Amino acid sequence: MSELTLTVMRLGFLAVLWLFVIVAVQVIRSDLFGTRVTQRGSRRERPQQAARQQQQAAPPPQRQQQGGGGRQRRGAPSKLVVSEGILAGTTVALQGQTITLGRAHDSTIVLDDDYASSRHARIYPDRDGQWIVEDLGSTNGTYLDRTRLTTPTPVPLGAPIRIGKTVIELRK
Amino acid sequence: MSSTTHTSTIGAIGAPSRRNTELALLAFAVVIPLFAYMNVGLALTGEVPTGMLGYGMGLGLLAGVGHIVVRKFAAYADPLLLPLATVLNGLGLVVIWRLDQSEKLQARAEAQFGAFSPSAPNQLMYSAIGIALFVGVLIFLKDHRVLQRYTYISMVGAIVLLLLPLVPGLGENIFGAKIWIRVGGFTIQPGEFAKIVIAIFFAGYLMVKRDALALASRRFMGLYLPRGRDLGPIIVVWATSILILVFETDLGTSLLFFGMFVVMLYVATERTSWIVFGLLMSAVGAVGVASFEPHVQQRVDAWLNPFSDATLQQTDQIAQSLMAFGSGGVLGTGLGQGNSDLIGFAANSDFILATFGEEMGLAGVMAILLIYGLIVERGVRTALAARDPFGKLLAIGLSGAFAIQVFVVSGGVMGLIPLTGMTMPFLAYGGSSVIANWALIGILIRISDTARRPAPSPAPNPDAEMTQVVRP
Repeated sequence: MSELTLTVMRLGFLAVLWLFVIVAVQVIRSDLFGTRVTQRGSRRERPQQAARQQQQAAPPPQRQQQGGGGRQRRGAPSKLVVSEGILAGTTVALQGQTITLGRAHDSTIVLDDDYASSRHARIYPDRDGQWIVEDLGSTNGTYLDRTRLTTPTPVPLGAPIRIGKTVIELRK
Repeated sequence: MSSTTHTSTIGAIGAPSRRNTELALLAFAVVIPLFAYMNVGLALTGEVPTGMLGYGMGLGLLAGVGHIVVRKFAAYADPLLLPLATVLNGLGLVVIWRLDQSEKLQARAEAQFGAFSPSAPNQLMYSAIGIALFVGVLIFLKDHRVLQRYTYISMVGAIVLLLLPLVPGLGENIFGAKIWIRVGGFTIQPGEFAKIVIAIFFAGYLMVKRDALALASRRFMGLYLPRGRDLGPIIVVWATSILILVFETDLGTSLLFFGMFVVMLYVATERTSWIVFGLLMSAVGAVGVASFEPHVQQRVDAWLNPFSDATLQQTDQIAQSLMAFGSGGVLGTGLGQGNSDLIGFAANSDFILATFGEEMGLAGVMAILLIYGLIVERGVRTALAARDPFGKLLAIGLSGAFAIQVFVVSGGVMGLIPLTGMTMPFLAYGGSSVIANWALIGILIRISDTARRPAPSPAPNPDAEMTQVVRP
């Protein structure tokens, strides 16, 4: 076997071995999953632009969107804002989808809060577009203002929903 | 739509099962050792080796069986663990076969045992048993939390396994370390299996006790000092590992055993003070034992002065191994073209990394160590993703043990720490090691399947949409 062939094979083998390592690292890179946080610009944007971006940024809620675009009433909340707690500052656009809250990693808002249950509460629109909050049998309860929820309750605009140390509000 | 300073959308993405990625990587992982096999054959005899088809089919079959079982019984498991282990096992087989071809080693075996028997076919058989155990773990261990029930049985089991080599008539003293037992015609290294069993015990024990260990402490100079009585377990484990060191004269098992406990203690309690204590205690223990145990002293001397006359009279293994790494350089001499068979005894087991170092060079050894690193990374990632504390601790314990073992062996062979009687997982020749490590990968795959499986969605509540139900 000629020296040249052996050298080529030796270097070729090292290249293939490294290729394997690189491919494996690529798999890890594409394997990161879990909660996806899509940052949007903090600037005020023109409505159509914002709406278009919103649709791109949040495909899962889109799937569950029901009815036409004219459904939303005037004065109806358009987003849910976390105003206190670790996730303070997070907003979720309300597009007619059910929002689940809890420690479970597939919740819409994953609460990393000692007082939250894994499936703590959900917020969903009824048929008139009124948003309802319902406690899902959590251990420490969900509070709307200062009352502990026992039944699904309509949420007024700006009323604080408390789960442990986290406070959530609906805003226009 | 009005704006706020922070705007972000949070959405959950479902985890794909990624079995096809695994299959593709697995095919790659079988091709690499085949390429290496061809390389060795061409370098040694100038032609493609005849055993290539059978060898390739053997490895491919094992990998295929592993993949099908994972697909069926652990569909959401990590896609990387199986291919990474397969490529290491395959490369190990190639290098063992390459060392079988060495005339020096053949002559040596004939002089010592009267006959030479090739190791590669045995290793292929051990790999098959290992895969069988891997398959068995995946089929019969439906939920890793079952292991939690056997916390204290595991403790007893681990102690028995660790003490077996000391039983007269059963234990074997091979070259100064009593870590083997002889059953029938086989020698078994029970320490390899003990490492899995003991991870189960530590995980179960620390899960229950971690709050007491983490919370009851005083703060002193930036460290949390545990209460005196909480030091109990760590002192017991430390004493046991010292006893192993004294009676079995095996630094490796002792280090693995204690290191694993410290890693798991740290993960369970999040207290840095345990690491400080652990390092101090192992340093005190190692220095203390080395001051009176001649076998340990010898190993330390051989580590400090590998080329001195006194060391070379006893063994030139470490010197030859360092020479092998050195002559490999950056790109290596090429597979089949090195002289690492000069290491003589244990060239294909404890010292197998030296052959990699010589024939594949720094580039190859780095790739191998990265593959080990990736296995450990996947184990730690599994621990992060696991939802139950027992699974978390077990995954971190197993990957920690794997990492410590790789460090201890490669460090010993490269002259970074004193040499210990342990084997490179998957690469080195040795039945116990290959079989136990396949079982370890099986348990990690089981935990990662549980961790990554998408949680069942909460049952839709039809009442909520149609009517309002008043609940008490």
